Amino acid sequence: MATETITATSGQVKKESFANTTIGRVMRYAFVRLLTLAVTVVIGIYLTILIANMGGYVDTIMRNEIRDNTTQSILANPAYRALSSEAREKLIQDKIASEERRLGLDKPFINRSFTYLVNGLTLNLGRAINMNSDSGSRQVRLILLERLPATLLLAGISDLILFFGSVFLALGLSRKYGSFFDKLTVALSPTSAAPPWFYGIFLILIFAGVLHVLPFGGLVDSPPPTTSFGYAMNVLKHLILPASSIIISSFFLSVYNWRTFFLIYSSEDYVEMARAKGLPSRDIERRYILRPTLPTIITNFALLIIGMWTGFTITETVFQWPGLGRTLFQAIGLYDTPVIVGSTIIYAYLLGITVFLLDFVYALVDPRVKVGGDNAQQ
Amino acid sequence: MNTLSKSMRELVRYPSAVIGLVTILFLLAVSAYALITIPYDEATRLWRGGEDVWYQNPKYAAPAWSNYFSDVKQPVSFAVSTKDGSMNKTVEVGAQDTATITVTHSFDYVYDEPPQELILYLDGTFQEKLPFVSVAWITPSGERIRVGDFAVDREMTFRVSQDQKLMKRLKTEDILTALFVEPKSESTEIVKGTYQLEIVAVTFEPNSDIDAEFVLHGTLYGLAGTDHYRRDLMLPLLWGTPIALTFGLLAALGTSLLTMIIAAIGSWYGGWIDELIQRITEINLVLPFLAILIMVGTFYSRSIWVILGVTILLSIFTGAIKSYRAVFMQSKVSPYIEAARAYGTTDRRIIFTYLIPRMIPLLIPALVSSVPSYVFLEASLAVLGLGDPVLPTWGKIIENAFAEGALYRGLYYWVLEPAALLMLTGLGFAMLGFALDRIFNPRLRDI
Repeated sequence: MATETITATSGQVKKESFANTTIGRVMRYAFVRLLTLAVTVVIGIYLTILIANMGGYVDTIMRNEIRDNTTQSILANPAYRALSSEAREKLIQDKIASEERRLGLDKPFINRSFTYLVNGLTLNLGRAINMNSDSGSRQVRLILLERLPATLLLAGISDLILFFGSVFLALGLSRKYGSFFDKLTVALSPTSAAPPWFYGIFLILIFAGVLHVLPFGGLVDSPPPTTSFGYAMNVLKHLILPASSIIISSFFLSVYNWRTFFLIYSSEDYVEMARAKGLPSRDIERRYILRPTLPTIITNFALLIIGMWTGFTITETVFQWPGLGRTLFQAIGLYDTPVIVGSTIIYAYLLGITVFLLDFVYALVDPRVKVGGDNAQQ
Repeated sequence: MNTLSKSMRELVRYPSAVIGLVTILFLLAVSAYALITIPYDEATRLWRGGEDVWYQNPKYAAPAWSNYFSDVKQPVSFAVSTKDGSMNKTVEVGAQDTATITVTHSFDYVYDEPPQELILYLDGTFQEKLPFVSVAWITPSGERIRVGDFAVDREMTFRVSQDQKLMKRLKTEDILTALFVEPKSESTEIVKGTYQLEIVAVTFEPNSDIDAEFVLHGTLYGLAGTDHYRRDLMLPLLWGTPIALTFGLLAALGTSLLTMIIAAIGSWYGGWIDELIQRITEINLVLPFLAILIMVGTFYSRSIWVILGVTILLSIFTGAIKSYRAVFMQSKVSPYIEAARAYGTTDRRIIFTYLIPRMIPLLIPALVSSVPSYVFLEASLAVLGLGDPVLPTWGKIIENAFAEGALYRGLYYWVLEPAALLMLTGLGFAMLGFALDRIFNPRLRDI
């Protein structure tokens, strides 16, 4: 770290070579940061592999996979048709043994866990044991990709409404500090103690059970509507309850937190000064309150986007929403380790990339933060 | 102590704190009641018991108080027995070792629907000669209906609605309605009033005796209703309270204390220890919390203690450690620490008696506010089917209700009762924590 600081200072002193050193400094910083994050992600994934491998489940998967593949390839190969069934069986056993040797299944688990790690890191997610994608594939990649749209739809819509709704409402409330709605939000913020599925139960009870206006769960009616417009409308109808439960469960706390945050910033001296100058309140909001709080807003937004990837396991399960969260839960119930590890890997990667990018976004939106400088180190 | 009483005095100024405190005290009282009246072994035995324990209860019965909200009054279940004296039993000794035992039970039936089932459990005591009973049903108008005459073996069950002879005698397949309407009429309206069941037994041996138990399965039961295994929901509702509170409080306490201690050690020693703690925190950020808990529940153990341990372990190294560290870094350079260092205090003494106590104002609100999330976490895991297999908990009730399609079938009480208690717990702690936060962090007080 010391060398970087020195480079940073010397960059400021020698104005002529400023561009060079800035790029050098940024590159060096990016490299160090990337390396730390990569190590973090690798350790995180390795831990997940260790946990997900309880009772040798991963080994069983691998062995089964080899058995399936070898048996199928030999049975399907016309060259071996002529062999007797005993000879063919022996051939299969030999091939399985050599394949297991090749993959290191005869070696102790510690050695093998590193093979899994490398496979995982190279996004070679492998095949599921018990789970199928709807098109019948066993590829973990395809299973996850197939469930992704449902999760992105649910998490995306509810998170976006939640995020922008609460930020803008909070901005409004921070201006009307002490008003009735302000006090109401403060009073209602403890309701966020309950998770989304909890509100989901009540919403199902009211709108599906008693009023019969919205469906109990699922993505579309069965059979689905034939026109694509009808289909979209139907999905939307199914989306209302799960999305509402996600929004309700954290809305008031989110508004409260943002409001407090904005209030702290709007009592700064420079905001008072702007008010005294008689600037219109919209300008004060945009240039004096939102601008300095932008890094925090962006961080929260980015973390929200990552959060979408894991989805809402229990909410999706309660609403039978065919998304990633429910898939993860099903995968664990079916002991389908490749799917569990697969979704963890993607989550870890996304998180790592976002954290890495955030550092640079901070430097872009906040001139006080300097990449690789002292501020960024804190 | 002075600060504590001052804080308490300040606390009662916040209505949310008072409501929260009252709620928490109520829950503590419920826990104490549950633990005292139903010991642990008894609770798990009842919760895991099958038909042999719960045969007296109807399935899917709503709580009895739901009659207050409905115009059509549903029958409430009850069970009486000669063994506990809730049925009258008189013995009249006759000639030649015979005796006549009369068992009667009168009850008011004030409901608009017939019951689901009437069951007689008869248990004869004899050497060779079986006692013989005649069962009669006496309607409010005094009409006497012969229900059956038969010899009583050891432990026999007589289901009134299934008796073929009675069907013939009453000329209907629907015996239960026939017993409760005006006899020998076409009317289907239930006659309200006092009904009587009369069992007259004749025994033929010196020490021969019979015991009877009469069970009426209505569609309502008790204060909490029953589930698909006929279990009284009162048991998991009562016992879920201490479990939820224990899990929530222990997880919150363990997490915040350990987080604080580790943050204090890291910021005091600095160097590689601090660096290590920071890195572990970053790695923990990558690990999917819920997925790991689900994996532990599925692969290793569903015991509530294992889940509690893993929860604490995964919750130590989170964002909180960074904010505590920031505060410790400030107090590390404050003059009183310098002074302590100057007269040669040990590191451990500085950390545990000088650094950490300063943080208690920050710790308490965070601790109280985090209780609901752990209570709900335990319930969430139970809803996913990963609850402790032995313990009756709120989450288990919701899981069962969902598996049995309670919302779909309109059995709302089954979901609403545990949900109400969860909400009460969550709100109680959240409201108290909220007020504490304002008291201990004066910066928030004006906002």
